[in-house]
Amino acid sequence: MEKSNVILSWVDKRFPLTELWNDHIAKYYAPKNLNFWYYFGALSMVVLVLQLITGIWLTMNYNPSAEGAFDSVEYIMRDVPFGWLLRYMHSTGASFFFIVVYLHMFRAMLYGSYKKPRELVWIIGLLIYLCLMMEAFFGYLLPWGQMSFWGAKVITSLFGAVPVIGDWLMEIIRGDFNVSGVTLNRFFALHVVAIPLILLGLVVVHIISLHEVGSNNPDGIEIKKLKDENGIPKDGIAFHPYYTVKDAVGLVFFLILFSAVIFYFPTMGGYFLEAPNFDPANALVTPEHIAPVWYFTPFYAILRAVPDKLAGVVAMGVAVVIFFFLPWLDRSNVRSIRYRGIYYKIFLTLFVISFVILGYLGMETPSPEKTLLAQICSFIYFSFFFLMPVYTTLDKNKTVPKRLT
Amino acid sequence: MMLKRNIFIFLYSVLFSSLVFANSGHLNLDKANVNVKDYASLQRGAKIYMTTCATCHSLKYVRYKEMAQQIEMVDSSGDILVDVVQEGLMYTGAKITDNVLSALNKNDGEKWFGKSPPDLSLVARCRGVDWLYTYLRTFYKDDSKLWGVNNITFPDVAMPHVLLNYQGLKGLDNDNSDHINLKLIQQGSLNEKEYDLMVLDLVNFLSYVGEPHQVERQRMGRFVILFLSILLVIVYLLKREYWKDVK
Repeated sequence: MEKSNVILSWVDKRFPLTELWNDHIAKYYAPKNLNFWYYFGALSMVVLVLQLITGIWLTMNYNPSAEGAFDSVEYIMRDVPFGWLLRYMHSTGASFFFIVVYLHMFRAMLYGSYKKPRELVWIIGLLIYLCLMMEAFFGYLLPWGQMSFWGAKVITSLFGAVPVIGDWLMEIIRGDFNVSGVTLNRFFALHVVAIPLILLGLVVVHIISLHEVGSNNPDGIEIKKLKDENGIPKDGIAFHPYYTVKDAVGLVFFLILFSAVIFYFPTMGGYFLEAPNFDPANALVTPEHIAPVWYFTPFYAILRAVPDKLAGVVAMGVAVVIFFFLPWLDRSNVRSIRYRGIYYKIFLTLFVISFVILGYLGMETPSPEKTLLAQICSFIYFSFFFLMPVYTTLDKNKTVPKRLT
Repeated sequence: MMLKRNIFIFLYSVLFSSLVFANSGHLNLDKANVNVKDYASLQRGAKIYMTTCATCHSLKYVRYKEMAQQIEMVDSSGDILVDVVQEGLMYTGAKITDNVLSALNKNDGEKWFGKSPPDLSLVARCRGVDWLYTYLRTFYKDDSKLWGVNNITFPDVAMPHVLLNYQGLKGLDNDNSDHINLKLIQQGSLNEKEYDLMVLDLVNFLSYVGEPHQVERQRMGRFVILFLSILLVIVYLLKREYWKDVK
């Protein structure tokens, strides 16, 4: 036996290394027709790793205190060798994380990937999304700029709208009567230790549950129903090397876009790094216009569209949580949009349009017209979900073929 | 209790009214065509900054030495021209390894101007270069103000027009008070075009100060993207080779 095989069999007797490799990579059979939309799962994992690595190096030079945070970020930007690169990778990475995750989620909605038997994959994915939102929110306070401070203040104050325990809850989250160094320290702990730990655990669970049921595909056909004599799905191909090499193409293409932003448009015109955040946090001066970073703005617009504060908070919460019920709201007997009737196509299109418009409105200063538009878009947003049992039942779906097309 | 709170809010808003105005960008800003690779411009800008601005405004994140290196105040072998930097840019008795701090005491600043002059290390990043370029060119005569001048871009600004001797004094044209349309009342040492160029140098310098590694960033970007583009071709060919067997 070769020397490497000796070592491998030694390990395999003590740890299922070969078994894990085969189950999840070399002998995991994925449908052969996965298209463009299937890049974003792997890409979000790459971004997660990039965020972890750049985050660790930033932590080495960052000072989590109200007195030192802002200065230490400038120290990273100016004096730490390649500190500017680490910081831009991390800040751009945050926005790109949401871009790939939103596209990844949209893929599931296009091809019905949340439908039976993949409900748990979907739910765990949404838990990852919730963690990601928290991670981004906590991280945004750390540069301790004006927008960090006032953004955190606005969002934490939302908890004050909860009846009876609101004020107490807000104080517990802030650790103080106002957003302060105490808040900064706890957000730092949550951002660098607690949430990343949960996030990593959930990602592992997400992948295990996906590999248990197998990947969906653009046709929404179950490839496991048709297997050859060896028990391998006829329309399946091994994840490695076929999809590792295909994902590598997507990854390099993604890295080109990512680098273009890092090296040429690191603030992305104020969308990825907001200009007021280059002004240190000051509790006495309110910025004229407080807006969250783009990835939260659709929900922020829903919050502002509702006139009552508590009702607004509830609406915003429902707008996020409603995704969890998607597998049961969707009564359609087909998965993929390719074989669905016209109603779902119309509703999904309207949903995407309203989501984008809400995202835009969330960045803008409110005006009566804009608030009305936000209300209309919020209505469409919720209709997509609440009317789903009706229109997916009424839809005239096409016949789904037996094999992948 | 309510009354007390209202008084507090009133005082508060009076105190910060200038800042509130300053943030509202209703004005059409002029475009500042800055170029941080134009080292001659950066050096001229540094000279103006150190002679006119640095008296009150620090650049606390900037060190003379790094700055001199980055704006290429170096000889042919790349060594910093220490004498030139010390004579031309350093007036506070600081060492070349020191940060650019102003001689103005913070309390004095508050007493004299009502507000301590802010550090300008990041002003180009939070205000933007267009804003700075417009702001420094829109001072006008206003006798109701402490320093006899006001500013269209930054109404009721606490800063005097320190570049007055260069620009000369301008007066507001009442018909067009909402836009930059100022008439020269008193001639300065520079004509309008020369003054605009001088301000552009200064804004260019502040843009460099806001992000000192801009040039390095863009230079590195070229190589990274070139490398990735070549890699993309290789990886794509690899993928095509493997996928030949997939029918």
